[in-house]
Amino acid sequence: MDPALFFHRFHFAFTISFHYLFPQFTMGMGLLIVILKTKALRTGDERFEKAARFWGKIFGLAFAMGVVTGIPMEFQFGTNWARFSEATGGVIGQTLAMEGVFAFFLESSFLGLFLFGHKRLSPRMHWFSAFAVFAGSWISGFFIVATNAFMQHPVGYEIQPDGMLALTSYWSLLLNPWLLWQYLHTMTGAVVTGSFVMAGIGAYYLLLGQRTDASPEARLHAEYGKVFVKLGVLVGLPASVLVAFPTGDMQAVNVAEHQPAAFASMEGLFDTEEGAPLVLIGQPDMENMRLDNPIEVPRILSFLTYRRFDAEVVGLKDIPRDQWPDNVPLHYYAYHIMVGLGTLFIGTMLLAAWLLLRRKLFRSRAMLWALMFAAPFPFIANTTGWMTAELGRQPWLVYGVLRTEDGYSATVSAGNAIFSLLGFMGLYLLLGILFLFLAAREVGHGPGGHGTSPHDSERGDGGSEGGGAGGLPHTDIPSAFNEGR
Amino acid sequence: METLWFYLVAAMVAVYVVLDGFDLGTGALHLFIARTDPERRTVLQSIGPVWDGNEVWLLAGGGAMVLAFPRLYASGFSGFYLPLMMVLWLLILRAISIEFRSHLKSPIWRPIWDVVFSVSSLLLTIFLGAALGNVVRGVPLGEDGYFFAPLWTSFRPTGSDLGILDWYTLTVGLASFLALTYHGAMWVILKTEGEIRERAKRAARWTWPPLLLFVALVTFSTFLVQPQVAERMNGTPVAYLLPLVALGGILSSRRFMAGGRELASFLGSAAFLVFMLMSVVFGLYPMVLPAAGDPAASLTVFNAAGPPYALRVALFWWIPGMILVVGYTTFIYRQMAGKVELDTDGY
Repeated sequence: MDPALFFHRFHFAFTISFHYLFPQFTMGMGLLIVILKTKALRTGDERFEKAARFWGKIFGLAFAMGVVTGIPMEFQFGTNWARFSEATGGVIGQTLAMEGVFAFFLESSFLGLFLFGHKRLSPRMHWFSAFAVFAGSWISGFFIVATNAFMQHPVGYEIQPDGMLALTSYWSLLLNPWLLWQYLHTMTGAVVTGSFVMAGIGAYYLLLGQRTDASPEARLHAEYGKVFVKLGVLVGLPASVLVAFPTGDMQAVNVAEHQPAAFASMEGLFDTEEGAPLVLIGQPDMENMRLDNPIEVPRILSFLTYRRFDAEVVGLKDIPRDQWPDNVPLHYYAYHIMVGLGTLFIGTMLLAAWLLLRRKLFRSRAMLWALMFAAPFPFIANTTGWMTAELGRQPWLVYGVLRTEDGYSATVSAGNAIFSLLGFMGLYLLLGILFLFLAAREVGHGPGGHGTSPHDSERGDGGSEGGGAGGLPHTDIPSAFNEGR
Repeated sequence: METLWFYLVAAMVAVYVVLDGFDLGTGALHLFIARTDPERRTVLQSIGPVWDGNEVWLLAGGGAMVLAFPRLYASGFSGFYLPLMMVLWLLILRAISIEFRSHLKSPIWRPIWDVVFSVSSLLLTIFLGAALGNVVRGVPLGEDGYFFAPLWTSFRPTGSDLGILDWYTLTVGLASFLALTYHGAMWVILKTEGEIRERAKRAARWTWPPLLLFVALVTFSTFLVQPQVAERMNGTPVAYLLPLVALGGILSSRRFMAGGRELASFLGSAAFLVFMLMSVVFGLYPMVLPAAGDPAASLTVFNAAGPPYALRVALFWWIPGMILVVGYTTFIYRQMAGKVELDTDGY
């Protein structure tokens, strides 16, 4: 591969992978915070308000990370992928500009009010600012996925005499059949991420607070832990199911129909078969064009794709090599990691929900440990999911229309791309460390106490602080969280 | 249609300069006008709820540029590759210094972020001015409409080896630094009381005379490096009103400040920024990125524009969308009107 092409691709891949961790978390957490705020408004229970504020702090940190790592994405279309922008700006300019007008303004304007306005604003207005941030982030996701959907499955355009693409139908672009399922799949993935983090942190508080040597503060946090685990599981279960069926399933059907090479590559299917098996595990061997050490379920791939057990699925060998994704093994692994994790998520959440129903969840130490350890995995599933979409689209930038090798900035040399790539790597390493450090501190402070966070201790006097930290666990815990005690 | 979008994008950039201009200027002054931690938090809280929204005008302007002038976006962004990457890093550092500072109450942690915040803001005011300078002066566009400019060359006023930083763009950059610092001081005066306000007034008094000097320098050298501006202005002499109104804005702002009329002095400074930009925009039209040396190779609103259907259909959502944005932006500014009262919750 041409070094300039390689480094421009790596540049984008690195910055998008780091960026993508954060919006997936905030879009899911935004929904959960709106649920907490709604309950606070409805019940007037201060505990929901405090829970929302606790998550608001972590949300604020993650949101800032998402914003600052998102700005370079919009720039890079022009800086590193100039020929792509020039050729497709007449189409995707719509969705990129709409994201600015309808999403960025909304979320950034109300974020400040949401994070810092809870004293100045009425409860309703504060609820609305939380909702506006949530809505803005989901609208933002829509327009970005709409842009990507056009690249995956271009519609509503024509190629002009000078080779540039021109939009011909606004509504086709926004009603792209690819868009609906990809958007829902991405968004349910975000909700899975938010739910697992909330449940995982809740489980951590419960495990801490239930120890016999737990401090009164830890016991107080454990009461919030119940709220978090319960909400995380109640939202996480449907989201984990929906991310697979129907959204993931329909997404795969779309890939099979419109990107047969990508489909064969991600499934690890080399030979065209009637009644193709579903590969669970195995290593693609590109020299001999076969899968090593496969564990397969016969006929299931045909059934899942075409709803018939003996349907024919085209393998890579019957597709011209210049149409193949250029990194079949990585694509295959990304897809299988995503699907494997997704299956585990459903299992974890089913088990947790069953225990919750039987009122045993909060005492089941094994399940709480499992929930705590599960929290980071949706991030891996998100990343590998995005890799599945993007590696599968190769060797195209716009599927069937513009090849990746024709899209990067010809005037920006590999050396310049390496320069900024190294800069971003250093900066993002620093950002990542700072984010984890500050988020861990907020988790350490916990949701419950008075005077447990530096924000609160600045509240002028600082006199009530000792009492706050040692404050007794409240006894008027809402009954909804009491099961299992 | 292309011309309409040209002015729409220019308007978004102008709003960006006025809004993010004051919080960048505030940042550049931060270390100077606020010495203690409560003072610094007061300054940060004066821009806290709005700086993020202000910055979005740049992003939304960029988005509108992809839509309306894809060739300009592609050529400009790839040609200014290195400075744009640095702008990105500065924007990132600036944003996280505002967000991260408050999370730790430590006499080591907070001053670090104060310095990062202030230095990145200051550099951004210079870079934004230099960017404008580059667009006015023109770049060595090739036949394919692309270019790649070195970061700097010789800084000599003669010769054709243009750099992204050269004597002209640096002059514009320094003028921008002075203008935005003054603008930021107007904002701080408007939003604060006591010691901080006095220091901001002092800063404004100091920056005002060199600002006038640099405005004169920039105006003179602009006519020198970009002859088209003079041609356009002479063709429509009424256009000379634009820089005159700008001059009136900055003169009246200084008078209003002396008279203690805070809002009026801020608006005067805003008018100065807007009308200076309008003069430039009017002077360059129909060029959007002049080709240095060969005006015929320039990118113009016509040869850089997107397809007509895309421009037309976008108006249908752009206009209602922006009315909505202006509506709630106004609402938010009204919500936080008046002097900052130090709040334990924010920054």
